Amino acid sequence: MSEVPRELRDEVPTFEEAPRKGDQGPIDWTGITSFHPAKTMLEMVAIVGLFLAVFFGLELILRVTDTPTYVFPKPIDVVQTLFSDFGTIYAHHLWVTMQEFLIGLAIGSSIGLLLAALITQKPFAEKVIAPYVLVMVTTPMLAFVPFLRLKLGFGLWPIVIAVALASGPMVMINAATGFRRTDLAKIALARSYGASTLQIFTKIRFPLAMPMIIVGFMVGSIFGLLTAVGGEMVAASEEGGLGERLVYFSSLARMPEFGATILIIAALGVSIYVIFYFVGKRWASWEA
Amino acid sequence: MLGPSGCGKTTLLWAMSGLHALTRGSILLDGRPVTGPRPNEIGVIFQEANLLPWRNLRQNIRFPFEIKRAKMDGERVDTLLEETGLAGFESAYPRELSGGMQQRASIVRALAQDPGVLLMDEPFGALDAFTRDEMNLLLLRLWAESGKTIVFVTHNISEAIFLADRVVVMTPRPGRLARIFTIDLPRPRTVEMTFEPSFIEQIQEIKRVVESGGGHGLEVE
Repeated sequence: MSEVPRELRDEVPTFEEAPRKGDQGPIDWTGITSFHPAKTMLEMVAIVGLFLAVFFGLELILRVTDTPTYVFPKPIDVVQTLFSDFGTIYAHHLWVTMQEFLIGLAIGSSIGLLLAALITQKPFAEKVIAPYVLVMVTTPMLAFVPFLRLKLGFGLWPIVIAVALASGPMVMINAATGFRRTDLAKIALARSYGASTLQIFTKIRFPLAMPMIIVGFMVGSIFGLLTAVGGEMVAASEEGGLGERLVYFSSLARMPEFGATILIIAALGVSIYVIFYFVGKRWASWEA
Repeated sequence: MLGPSGCGKTTLLWAMSGLHALTRGSILLDGRPVTGPRPNEIGVIFQEANLLPWRNLRQNIRFPFEIKRAKMDGERVDTLLEETGLAGFESAYPRELSGGMQQRASIVRALAQDPGVLLMDEPFGALDAFTRDEMNLLLLRLWAESGKTIVFVTHNISEAIFLADRVVVMTPRPGRLARIFTIDLPRPRTVEMTFEPSFIEQIQEIKRVVESGGGHGLEVE
């Protein structure tokens, strides 16, 4: 026969619906997932129209003023090099950056998620670790890339580690905020059906924390991409990468290629946002 | 169990469910002391429906089966959903359901486990008066069909008389059992009965006991 569940102690939970606004933790990141995308035809047309206006407007201005390419590349030249040279110039470097980013994010987020789940069980540990996590979140991790480069050589690992260091703490603070949102009434419910501590974690605490975990992944990914590209600009591996190409093309004043590289990086960033937007819609829409 | 806020009726109910430790004394179910949750014998229904917002109705009802690692009795659940008027809403999420529907879903969730005892902690307190009447009638019907023991906590005197065979009146500071009333209202009960003079008289009698603090009363251990 099991004992009276410990986490309930002598508290009878109050049954208030919806967490208060303050429960989002020190920084309310939820705004980042609550972007309102266009829905109506008119909005879609307006968005595409604005893009075309900027694109061809810029082209027109650059042609009329006869601006040299090394000052500012013409949009059409940028798109042209992007499509005709994608396989020969960009694909390899995109792949290098993606590897650094994805491996780094996988390592950093796993550790961050695990630590968040562990420390929120022990308030003392949480208080001790908090200032260090804050330092890790606020320090730009790409500052460590030259140092890591010296220690670990010219492979992908220095940047992978920097990405992990940048994204991990972001996942951790957000996930910790999520795990701290314990709902005693729901724990009591699970306990009344004889749930174990592990079942309470997997079936109550984890889904309850899910919206904040997704926000953590989104913010962590954006920081991770920043660190990967920045790290390559500072001290790239032998393989190169999109950041390394930015430095290379700008030093040779190959502005169309430079612009195309920026477009690829921007597309990467937007894809991260879109992916997590849909992940959030699927797994965390119950909270909206 | 009936009493004003702070008389310990919810605490007592939680102790009965095994979710709350006792300082002294013991609670016996079929002669065995309750020292922790007894998921196969005791079902708890909470204030507010306490549904899991990330699960749809059917997944919410499946939740206890998952915890117990048992297969869901689909037929039984379907019958219960039919009886409670929830059939057709299986894939709805809690926020899409009204308060009354949510509480009905939580009753189905508990009854699907077929516990011998049902503990209900002010389950209809958050509902409006009309929905509350409707829920009370539903509860009476389910009770008549299943013959389960139900312990029902409320601070509403007429709800207590309307539902119960026995009304246990509790008084606060310190929490005591003041008196136990036996209700001889005939069954099946109807909402019209609550307007009869004898019903009103019963309400007044209980109200007097609550207000007087119940004299010496019986001490709750």
